[in-house]
Amino acid sequence: MRSVATTVNGTRHELEVEPRELLVYVLRERLGLTGTNVGCDTSSCGSCTVLVGGEAVKSCTMLGVQADGMEITTIEGLAANGELHPVQQAFHDHHALQCGYCTPGMVLAAVSLIDAGEAGSEEEIRTALEGNLCRCTGYHNIVKAVSAAAGRA
Amino acid sequence: MIPARFDYEIAESPEHALELLGGNGDAKLLAGGHSLLPAMKLRIARPSLLVDIGRLDALSYVRDAGTQLAIGALTRHKDVRDDPLLQEHCPLVSTTAGRIGDPQVRHRGTIGGSVAHGDPASDLPAVLLALGAELVVVGKGGERVVPAAEFFTGVFETAVGPAELLTEVRVPKLGASTGWSYVKFHRRAQDWATVGVAALVHRDNGAVAGASIGLTNMGGTPLLARAAEDAISGGATLAEAAARIADGAEPPSDQAASADFRRHLAQVLGRRALEEALSR
Amino acid sequence: MATMETRYIGTAVPRKEDAAFLAGRGTYVDNLRLEGALAMAVVRSPYAHARIRGVDLDAARAAEGVVAAFAGADLAEDWQNGLPCAWPVTEDIKMPPHFPLAVDEARYQGDGVAVVLAESRALARDAAELVEVDYEPLPVAVEVEASLEQGAPLVHDDLGTNECYVWKLESDGFADGVAGADVTVTRRYVQPRLIPNAIEPRGVVAQVGPAGDLTVWSATQVPHILRFALSLVLGLPEARIRVIAPDVGGGFGSKLDVYAEEALAVALARRLGRPVKWVEERSENYLATIHGRDVVTDLTFSATKDGKILGVHADVKAAMGAYLQLVTPGIPLLGAWLYAGPYDIPNYSVTFTGVFTNTTPTDAYRGAGRPEATYVLERTMDALAAELGIDPVELRRQNFIGEFPSTIASGLTIDAGDYHASLDKLLEQLDLDGVRAEQKSRRDSGDAKQLGVGFSTYNEMCGLAPSRILGAIRYAVGGWDSATIRFQPLGSVQAIIGTSPHGQGHVTTFSQIAADALGVDVDDVEILHGDTAVSQLGMDTYGSRSLPVGGIALWHASQKVVEKARQLVAHQLEVAPDDLEFSGGAFSVKGSPDRSMTIQAAAFQAHAAHNLPDGMEPGLEETATYDPPNFSWPGGAHAAVVEVDTETGDARLVRYVAVDDVGAVVNPLIVDGQVHGGITQGIAAALYEEGAYDEDGNLLTANQVTYLVPSAAELPSFELERTESRSPTNPLGVKGVGETGTIAAAPAVINAVVDALSHLGVTDVQMPATPERVWRAIQEAKQ
Repeated sequence: MRSVATTVNGTRHELEVEPRELLVYVLRERLGLTGTNVGCDTSSCGSCTVLVGGEAVKSCTMLGVQADGMEITTIEGLAANGELHPVQQAFHDHHALQCGYCTPGMVLAAVSLIDAGEAGSEEEIRTALEGNLCRCTGYHNIVKAVSAAAGRA
Repeated sequence: MIPARFDYEIAESPEHALELLGGNGDAKLLAGGHSLLPAMKLRIARPSLLVDIGRLDALSYVRDAGTQLAIGALTRHKDVRDDPLLQEHCPLVSTTAGRIGDPQVRHRGTIGGSVAHGDPASDLPAVLLALGAELVVVGKGGERVVPAAEFFTGVFETAVGPAELLTEVRVPKLGASTGWSYVKFHRRAQDWATVGVAALVHRDNGAVAGASIGLTNMGGTPLLARAAEDAISGGATLAEAAARIADGAEPPSDQAASADFRRHLAQVLGRRALEEALSR
Repeated sequence: MATMETRYIGTAVPRKEDAAFLAGRGTYVDNLRLEGALAMAVVRSPYAHARIRGVDLDAARAAEGVVAAFAGADLAEDWQNGLPCAWPVTEDIKMPPHFPLAVDEARYQGDGVAVVLAESRALARDAAELVEVDYEPLPVAVEVEASLEQGAPLVHDDLGTNECYVWKLESDGFADGVAGADVTVTRRYVQPRLIPNAIEPRGVVAQVGPAGDLTVWSATQVPHILRFALSLVLGLPEARIRVIAPDVGGGFGSKLDVYAEEALAVALARRLGRPVKWVEERSENYLATIHGRDVVTDLTFSATKDGKILGVHADVKAAMGAYLQLVTPGIPLLGAWLYAGPYDIPNYSVTFTGVFTNTTPTDAYRGAGRPEATYVLERTMDALAAELGIDPVELRRQNFIGEFPSTIASGLTIDAGDYHASLDKLLEQLDLDGVRAEQKSRRDSGDAKQLGVGFSTYNEMCGLAPSRILGAIRYAVGGWDSATIRFQPLGSVQAIIGTSPHGQGHVTTFSQIAADALGVDVDDVEILHGDTAVSQLGMDTYGSRSLPVGGIALWHASQKVVEKARQLVAHQLEVAPDDLEFSGGAFSVKGSPDRSMTIQAAAFQAHAAHNLPDGMEPGLEETATYDPPNFSWPGGAHAAVVEVDTETGDARLVRYVAVDDVGAVVNPLIVDGQVHGGITQGIAAALYEEGAYDEDGNLLTANQVTYLVPSAAELPSFELERTESRSPTNPLGVKGVGETGTIAAAPAVINAVVDALSHLGVTDVQMPATPERVWRAIQEAKQ
């Protein structure tokens, strides 16, 4: 076991974790933040995407111990003061989610992309979402929502 | 999805990392983890010890080193992509880094981790070969500089020994007379290259004077396409040279492509890469 | 519906279910944490076929945190019956026993041979590696056709054959009917295995209550079916089993099943007296969750030289995999009536052969049987057009069914449609002349990147289904569904439905129907579903049935409630029921609109029960069960434009235009979303996805790295249009929509790929059109 101090959604947590515990399981099982979903085991699907230091990271491809000292945002921490984040709102407005399972990761990937100023043309958005798989929407409305949230539509 | 158990130590310095490794053949260095952790989750890789070098911030940099640019091994792909020095003097590297994996991979994965993993399907190794890059490896006995051509020794094997650490990648500054291209063929944007071709074309008074060509996923290691390079030096057209690009290569056959198709693809991509390089 | 005001139906009401998902508060099975729960790990056969000579559990049992471990033989007494197959398609179908763990023989890579239960998922996973199984590898049958050959290795030795069943359907006088044909075109098509890849893998939690009652949470599409299946497998009364399908992260047919792990979790929770939880890993999902397709078809058209198609004959050989899952044998047959599609083809003959192979069982995957039919039909339309020198669009138009209702040669009756209208609208949106001009210009200039356009005009039967027909084709259960409308005393409404969502937006769509039927606000309606303790009756969600079957049950339940309220209001206002008009949620006396009562006020009166008509029961709640008189028959016209790099073989979708007729639309936002997703799965089948086995039965595409589920980067935005021919079968005029896109898309895309290369002599490219397949097709055409 190793001690890890990490700030998740603005709250500091001090935890004892086994080195092999993936960040996604630390979030889900130790902190009860089950909004971060696991969809694959090959770092392909992006369902587990969270923000680490404001950047999208697949939390299945990071050990909990690597998160020591880092600031993490999960889907639970995205809305502020009861207001949906603009990306969350755009996903609702454009019907960019169906079963909801890939949604937290997709939303956070989009937030990271928009914050980095890289959500330009439709093609740029599509390419930049390459690391997140959705099986329900065909991405059509996701792209529309991200574009709208980026102020491009 | 859950790795087998391992011990975990955090390195405070490169020297400390070497000490922690202690020549333990079962130990692995952990940088961004984007090559290693996926293998560990499927328990294909089961190191007994991980030495985390991810906090060695001193190894994250891009510096002007005269005729070369020096890239710290822990520089993330995203930072390589965005680095103004690389964009100006060696855009082949920054552009290629921007096409590795997906954004999440580029936010964590590092140039050193990617290169030291020795994956023949990775993009940067072929680029470094074509560039004639140098790799700085530190061990107990000090530092040694390994040319890219000697660095990749086998499938997932490199010149970095079990008690060594890759600390820096040095790439040449490309002058105005050198054009560049990396053409990557893959089905999905997030996939590894089925085949990739890195090309540099050297011009002399507007004429093609020579080329260097690196190949991704055309064998157990990244390769230099010597026959095609020689053909260009001997005055062949780019198309003629591209036809020889797979000479001597023994590419793998897998779900993405048969060996024959990879040879064919390399020729097509090679011609396109050479033409694009010439136009830049 | 003439009498109903539609304030919500037809409107893009934003989804009520989004808030929880966007906040990360979905209730997926893996989010459920029960005190004292044990984690279950399944040890799976690495061999496609092997005798199990022994299972040594000692090391696993001794490992840290392990509570128990069992091999198949240890649990033999726990099963009253094997896992059920609900569709014995013929009287002499071969139905080998299928127990949750293999005992003597493992028959596919991934077949479960042992389980380990431990205090955590990690420890269960660690211990599973310590189970030592002594396997004797046996010869394997992998490919459908090879498995039918004499001397092929047998999946089930005692059956003496790999042939599971042969099923035929032929119109009277078929041979004579096609005898006068000028041309026949016969083509062979191989449709690969597809792996559904719902982004939420499967999972189950089983808990035994103090009185021995069971609660099972499962990522399932079919909580009601699962309840009676568990009752059969475990020999427990249904009444003591409660199945809950919480939020389910996609299904696409793969969760329309009763799986070994569900039975194991229940049996082991009973044995050990602790809750048992199992969550599938993705790579495990590739082996342990059903696959789709894997079909070889020979299709023959007989036609006149001016393009009238006289007959269609299909010989379909379909892989069952190693065992029959819930509806495995019936899946190919769901397409059995569609090999003439939207065309008026008077002579009809189809034969289906089900084949056991040493592979993961197949079962329903989006479209289920109908994409298999539409694919070969629409590919052969293009082949016939080429053979006759007729434009493929014109050939289709010329053969369309024009009058409805239409009884087709396969024997069913299509209630409504307008195939010409869809095609007209498609051509308008597509700008076919512009596309052809661009194609010609690229051909003329010898561009490496060639353009192709492909069409697919389709219909499908869905909305499963009239129970009488299901019975006639030997499906074990009915096709009805049910709904209850329950007014609360203060006027809000609970609607309890028998189907349950895994992404389809039932909560919003069904709220819209109830709100309009009852004249209440959409936010006053609460939809309850997916829990057998709450929704006692229901046949669950598959086959695009929720709206055309369950939605109609809800409408009928609403009507019954309105009728009861009418009686009550008439009594209290002292008028005859017929003197009341119901509008905007209120009853008013004809001619005296000031004398009125809202249905919500009536609900209060019904619960107060102070002044009810004689004999009226208190409360305002009604249940309706609806058995549809016919299938639902959507149809439409799709076109794909692809760019093919003739040097690398890389085919990319450039445009996709879909015009669908799904009848009346309740929520256009949701309907478009269903079409987007459906199309994408068809495109994925055409260009990217293939579940491939090697000759030893090893799955070569056993994870998301090698099995290419496309991302946003591989796809364009889609162009959607609709036409509307309302279904006369039901009062809302609705049809199913969940599978239309998947049924239509694959042939449109492949037709486009072939069209792009037709000038090079290419006539076919097998799905998926990988770069290597395309390149080889070009090379072969050159020779």
